[in-house]
Amino acid sequence: MKEVYCDVVIIGAGPAGLAAAQSAKKEGAEKVIIVERDVHAGGILQQCIHAGFGLKYFGEELTGPEYAERFEEKVMEAGVDMMLDTTALEVRDNILVCTNTEGIIHIHYGAMVLAMGCRERTRANLVIPGSRPAGIYTAGTAQRLMNIYGHHVGKEIVILGSGDIGMIMARRLTFEGAHVKAVVELMPFLAGLVRNKVQCLDDFGIPLKLSHTVVDITGVDRVESVTIAPVDENKNPIMEKAEVIPCDTLLLSVGLIPENELSKTAGVPLSGITKGAIVNQFKQTEVPSIFACGNVLHVNDLVDHVSHESEAAGRYAALYAAGKLPEGDVISVEPGEGVRYVCPQKIVADGSEDVTLYFRTALPGRNSTMEVSSDGQVLKKRKSICTSPGTMEELTLTKEQVRELKSKVIVKASHEEELA
Amino acid sequence: MNYNTDVLIIGAGAVGTAIARELSKFQLDVILCDKNDDVGGDASKSCSSCCSTESTVTPFTLESKLAQSSRPLFYHLCEELEIPINFCGSITPVLNEEQMKVIPSMQEKAFNNGVYDVEFLTHDEIMELEPNINPCNLGGLYSPRDAQISQFMLVIAQAENAVANGVEVLLDCRVTGMEVKDGKIETVNTTKGDIHAKWVINCAGLYCDEIAKMVGECDFTVHPRKGQFFILSKDTPVKVSHTIMSIPTPTSRGTLVIPTVDGNILVGPTAEDLQDKTDKKTTKEGLDFVARNALALVPGLHMEDTITQFVGLRPAREPEGYNILVSEKVKGYVGISGIRSSGLTVSLGIAKYTIHEMQKAGLELKRKNGFIKRREGIVKFSDKSDEEKAKLIEKDPLYGKIICRCEQITESEIVQAIHRPVGARTVDAVKRRVRAGMGRCQGGFCSPLVIEIIARELNISPEEVRKRGGVSYMLDK
Repeated sequence: MKEVYCDVVIIGAGPAGLAAAQSAKKEGAEKVIIVERDVHAGGILQQCIHAGFGLKYFGEELTGPEYAERFEEKVMEAGVDMMLDTTALEVRDNILVCTNTEGIIHIHYGAMVLAMGCRERTRANLVIPGSRPAGIYTAGTAQRLMNIYGHHVGKEIVILGSGDIGMIMARRLTFEGAHVKAVVELMPFLAGLVRNKVQCLDDFGIPLKLSHTVVDITGVDRVESVTIAPVDENKNPIMEKAEVIPCDTLLLSVGLIPENELSKTAGVPLSGITKGAIVNQFKQTEVPSIFACGNVLHVNDLVDHVSHESEAAGRYAALYAAGKLPEGDVISVEPGEGVRYVCPQKIVADGSEDVTLYFRTALPGRNSTMEVSSDGQVLKKRKSICTSPGTMEELTLTKEQVRELKSKVIVKASHEEELA
Repeated sequence: MNYNTDVLIIGAGAVGTAIARELSKFQLDVILCDKNDDVGGDASKSCSSCCSTESTVTPFTLESKLAQSSRPLFYHLCEELEIPINFCGSITPVLNEEQMKVIPSMQEKAFNNGVYDVEFLTHDEIMELEPNINPCNLGGLYSPRDAQISQFMLVIAQAENAVANGVEVLLDCRVTGMEVKDGKIETVNTTKGDIHAKWVINCAGLYCDEIAKMVGECDFTVHPRKGQFFILSKDTPVKVSHTIMSIPTPTSRGTLVIPTVDGNILVGPTAEDLQDKTDKKTTKEGLDFVARNALALVPGLHMEDTITQFVGLRPAREPEGYNILVSEKVKGYVGISGIRSSGLTVSLGIAKYTIHEMQKAGLELKRKNGFIKRREGIVKFSDKSDEEKAKLIEKDPLYGKIICRCEQITESEIVQAIHRPVGARTVDAVKRRVRAGMGRCQGGFCSPLVIEIIARELNISPEEVRKRGGVSYMLDK
């Protein structure tokens, strides 16, 4: 057994882990370690070979690998220890237990940052009936098979779910000569970003079928067809209008779940809605030495947000390790009417810095008003011509406001015109 | 290729592999063939994994007799072949006065089946044993020796051990015809060539009527009885520690809530009579039915924690009943049919009984020297302490490489699964041996890696890697 000691250990070298590591280092943490199971850093960005990353953070459009590379360089320059090809197994008695081909490593840490990302929801999570042949993939797995390994997954494709990865894969498969027959979405509105619908579906004439779902899969060995049907307002399929689509592949882009199994071994309490840790604005979980950022905290739509949020997590983890994390009264933050969740769920009212609240609306709408209030007083208000659950929103409280907080903070959203 | 052998066993499910392993103790040439890409059969691998005392079978039948004699055989077998088994016991709660009326006859049946330790417990006693069971119960039957077994390892371990003792296993080998002449099977035609055997044992389960027809010894039919199941994640918050059973119906044991040996909760099955032997489709109605019944037994179950759903097809014989026939009309032909849901538990008894019947009909059994009694399983990394893990990695660095993150399965375990006797050649075969892909992400993260490992170890291209048999290619060719 190898015993290793560090100030901050970060689990995952995806965009969250890379950003957290370099900022922990910048904040003065002497020894910072990243544990990464893959043989390369970059996480899921490695397989995101399309452009569209970095518009907010860098002010220019990059591919996934380019975006990751910029952070990886910073991390290397900062002198972070990168342990690649190493898997974190569990947290036990404040030790992170890891394994690689050289043995078992015990990492003793001052602070830990969870940056494991998320996994994809599967066919089984949705309980889609039918047979269980080869040719059913989650969109991200198909993306990995194509973009990392150079394999083709199929020729005739149906995609269930209008998440961003699904739409991006619709375009990618079309480039490779496959025929994407339909993108099917249960909800009456798009799950992903509108720009992806325009660039990935509309530009290629790929039909998007809203308020539809897959009701059957046939094929003994390989997928032979899927049956889709429209759904009524209660999401029940209207079987009389079912339609059989012959195909050899079904891709699923039906949502992401933060990969928090390791966090559970550390006793970190999770939110039932985000499925990520409950944190304060320092991204500090209910276990004081553990911080969380990126998609393991809550699923983001833009990597740029992840980078910002994770830099904060890395910085505060370094401060915690040095015994310098600010303290104050803890105020809870709750989603009000029209809002599905808010992250962070708690604010430490120390007032040393502004606090940005990230949230998603419950339903899409036009001419929306979003506001943050506490004790009946509106602290921040913003109007937007259009909002949707697929787009993360943010509102920032000034440090003066944070210092004055006495009772719980509520985030609300309303629309002049509902789109669902 | 053509084969000559003493005994050909058709069908590598629980019964076929038990017979193969038993016969491998003797000085005989034995071939075990199966139409699938792997051992495990159809019904055996997709079942409720119960190894029970079978107190509910019809008393004084062959099934009852074999069930009583079969169960004790598991104690030794599981130890010798490292087959996971958990003697968790079962509880059949009584949920209303109507059900209470059935209890005396169930107890009577149990006694007539030689199962004397089935006991009626009060509501309070049941709640103490199983706090998550429906609190509205009026008491229930407790059967302390009922067990859960790894149905995959039961079959795989016996097949591996049979091969270690000289049995030849032919997979992707479908029987296409029989040449019967002068009351004797001259040749068995298969997709792997012709097989000449002195004895032919038909334990083809769902397809045993078709094989029997080829021999001309078929006075019955077999149709599939579909069972639909859910598997819940290991970390679902409401679990049970006993198998929870509902009061059985004439066609089925009813819905069960099962603590599997691997730590998941298994819920099912339905019992739907079908005609199509390939219909392994789950249906909304079937799964809703299972969920409803399961929640009546254990109301707190989190059905949304399901990580997969599947279908098993049990062979339903008409007329019903276990039937083991050593043919007088066709010399050397042995037909085994009617092995229903009790089959997993009774398989060991069936093997002993069948071989004895064959001996009576002239099969000469001479014990072989050097029979290898034991089989060691693949050492499971995730079960071990840090010190033991470090030692495993020192011996084989691939033990330090986690491939399936959900179940923490290492590359070494997968490579071993491929290179053992009756090695895995497909993604599902790997999964059944070492559980890579059996976790919450259902292979989302590990399947690209498993494809690469199978291709590398078998020296084939990734495009040739299949999920299971047939044309179930993982990638586009």
